[in-house]
Amino acid sequence: MSAEPRTLKTEAELALAEQYRGARAILPGSAAVARKRDEAFATFERLGLPHRRVEAWKYTDLRALMRVAVPVADPPNPVAVTAALTDADALAGIDRYRLIVADGHFQESQSDRQALLAEGVEVATLAEFLGFDHPSVLDILATPPGAGEDAIIALNAALATDGVVLIVPPGTIVSKPIEIVHVSTTTGATSSYSRSAVQVGAGASARLVVTRTGPLGIGYQANSVLGLSVGAGGRATVVDIAADGDRSQHLASFSARVAEGATLDHLALRAGAGLSRLQGYFSLEGEGAGLTASGANMLDAKAHGDVLLLIEHAAPATTSRLLYRNVAKDDAVGAFEGRILVRPVAQKTDGRMMVNTLLLSDSAEFAAKPELEIYADDVQCGHGATTGQIDETAVFYLQSRGVPRKEAEALLLKAFLAEPLAGVGDPALAAAVEPLVDAWLAGAPE
Amino acid sequence: MALLEIRNLHARIKDDGREILRGVDLVIERGQVHAVMGPNGSGKSTLAYVLAGKDGYEVTEGQVLFDGEDLLALEPEERAQKGVFLAFQYPVEIPGVAGMTFLKTAINAHRRARGEGDLSTPDFMRRVRDASDRLQMTQDMLRRPINTGFSGGEKKRNEILQMTLLEPKLAILDETDSGLDIDALRIVSNGVNALRDPERSMLVITHYQRLLEHIVPDFVHVMSAGRVVRSGGKELALELEATGYADYGSDAA
Repeated sequence: MSAEPRTLKTEAELALAEQYRGARAILPGSAAVARKRDEAFATFERLGLPHRRVEAWKYTDLRALMRVAVPVADPPNPVAVTAALTDADALAGIDRYRLIVADGHFQESQSDRQALLAEGVEVATLAEFLGFDHPSVLDILATPPGAGEDAIIALNAALATDGVVLIVPPGTIVSKPIEIVHVSTTTGATSSYSRSAVQVGAGASARLVVTRTGPLGIGYQANSVLGLSVGAGGRATVVDIAADGDRSQHLASFSARVAEGATLDHLALRAGAGLSRLQGYFSLEGEGAGLTASGANMLDAKAHGDVLLLIEHAAPATTSRLLYRNVAKDDAVGAFEGRILVRPVAQKTDGRMMVNTLLLSDSAEFAAKPELEIYADDVQCGHGATTGQIDETAVFYLQSRGVPRKEAEALLLKAFLAEPLAGVGDPALAAAVEPLVDAWLAGAPE
Repeated sequence: MALLEIRNLHARIKDDGREILRGVDLVIERGQVHAVMGPNGSGKSTLAYVLAGKDGYEVTEGQVLFDGEDLLALEPEERAQKGVFLAFQYPVEIPGVAGMTFLKTAINAHRRARGEGDLSTPDFMRRVRDASDRLQMTQDMLRRPINTGFSGGEKKRNEILQMTLLEPKLAILDETDSGLDIDALRIVSNGVNALRDPERSMLVITHYQRLLEHIVPDFVHVMSAGRVVRSGGKELALELEATGYADYGSDAA
C-alpha cells in the first residue's frame, strides 16, 4: 500500500497561512483567545479549502472556485463607510437600530449602540468581547455541532476581526428591528472576517436584520459567522439579506438554537454575489420549539449560489417549516441541500421541507437535495423538491388578458419569490424586503 | 366587413403533428352570437385556443381576419388588446398573484395599447365593485390569488368578471357551462347577456344545448372532425338535443 496521499497546498491556502501568521499578533483577544485561534487555524490547515469530496461542500468546490485569497482589509476610511451606507440602504423605509461592521470592523460613530443600551440590550463589539476575562468568551469561537469540522468556519474563528455581540435580557421586548450591517467599502479586492452572536433571553422578543452589501466589479471575499440562541418562550425573527457585488465571494455560516416553547422565523435572501454559500445549522433543543425557515435565492449571470441547511429536531413536539425558492437564469449554477434530522427523543416532531426552483435559461443549472434522517417513530415529516420552467399555461392565461409576455413572466416570478417572504412573522419587514426582489427582477434581464 | 372571418383554417398539434382543424369556415358579423356545438374531439376547444393564440398549435393552412387584420400574426396579448377575449373552459389558478393586481394589470395593459393612461385606483375599484356585484362575487373572492381555491362556479364567474372589465369585441366562451350547477349557470349567463351589444360578438362553444337556453344564439354551427359541417338558426340546437351527435360521428381522436 502506498502512503496516504498528500495534497499540495493551493496558492490560496498558502496565502491564507501567510495572512494568519501576519495578523496573529494584532488580532483581538486574550491569550486564551489566541490559543483558540491557533487551534482553529491548525484545523483549517489540516482540512484545507473544502472541495467536492467533502460531502457538505459537494456543490461548491472552493479549492477550484477560490483560486486566490485576497489580503485582509484594513480598518476602513469613515468617509467611505458613510458613502457605502448611503448607497446601499436597502431598508431605508424601516425604523430600526443599526450596528455597522465595515470591512470586518465595527463602526462606533455610525452605530446606534447607545440607543440599544437604553432599551436594555447589552451590546459589545466582538473585539471587546474577546478581551473579557470569562470562560464563555471562547464559546463564541466554537464551531456549531451541526457543522462537524468545517474549514470555513474554522478559518473565520482564526481570522475574525470584529462583529457584534448582543444580549437581549429575559423578558425584554426590543421595540424596533436591529440591523447588523456588513458592508465592503474597499476599492481593491480585500477579504473580511466577521463574527457575531445574538442571544435572545427567555421570554424576550427581538427582530434582527443582517445585511451584507459590497461594490460591483471587485473581487472581495467575505466570511461571516452568526450564532443565535433563543431562550425558553422567546421569539426571534431574523432576516438575512445578502446583495453582494457580482465579483464577490461571500461565505456565510450561521447557527440557531431554539429553546423550549421558543420560536424563530428565519428568512434568507440571496442575490448578486459571484459566489455565495450559505450554511445554516438550526437546532430545536427544547420541547415545543418552532422554526420557520424561508429563502429566496436569485441567481443570474455567472453566479454560483449554494445553500446548505440542517434542521435538527432534538426535543419532543418541535415544529419546522422550510420553504426555499430559487430562480436561476443565464449561466448561473445553484444548489440547495437541506436535511431534517430527528433525534430519538424528538417524538411528535412535525417537519416539512419544500424547495422549488425555476430555471429560466437552457444553460442555468440547479441541484436540489432535500433529505430526512429520522430516529424517532412518532413523527410527521415531509420533504419535496420541484425544478421546472415558468408555467406556460399561466403565462398564456395572463397574455390572453392583454398582459405582455415579459410582464406576465415578471408577475409570475414575483409571486414565486414572494411566497417565502410571507414566512417572516413580521409583515412590515416582509414588505420592506419585497423591493429587493423587484430590483433583481427588473435589473436582471435574460 | 365582418368582425371575424375564418377561412379554411387548418391547424395541428405541434408536438405530434396530429391535425385537429381541417378546414374551418366561419364568419361572425358585429353584434351576433354564434354557438359552436359538436361531439367531444371535434375541434371546438382547439378552435378557441388557435383564435386566442395559445402555443402548441401550428396553423398549416387558411387565414383568420379580425376587423380585417391577420389575427394569426399577432401575439396573444395583442389579440386581447385588440378585443379578443377567451373565457377558459378551465380557468388557470395562479397562486401568489393577487386577483386585484391581475385585473388592474390587465385593464391598464389594454389602456396603454390604446394610448391611454392608467386607470386611477378609485376608478378601478368602482368598476370592479359594480361588475363583481352583478356577478355576486364577494370581496374575499377578489382579494384571493387568481382563481386559487375557487370552486368551478366561482372560476367561471371570475372569467365573466374579467370579460366585463375588458370589454372585448369578440368574446369566445369555451364550455362556460361545464361544471356549473343551475344557479351558477344563471348567474354566469346573466353576466354574459348583460354584455350583449350591437358592437360585441360572441362565439359560444358548448357540448350541451342547455347553455343556449340562457344565452340564446343567432346562429348555431355543428363541428365534426375539425370542420363546420352544418349551420342553422337557434332551432338547430334543439334538434341536436333530440338526436344527439350520432349523425356527426366523432373524431378519430
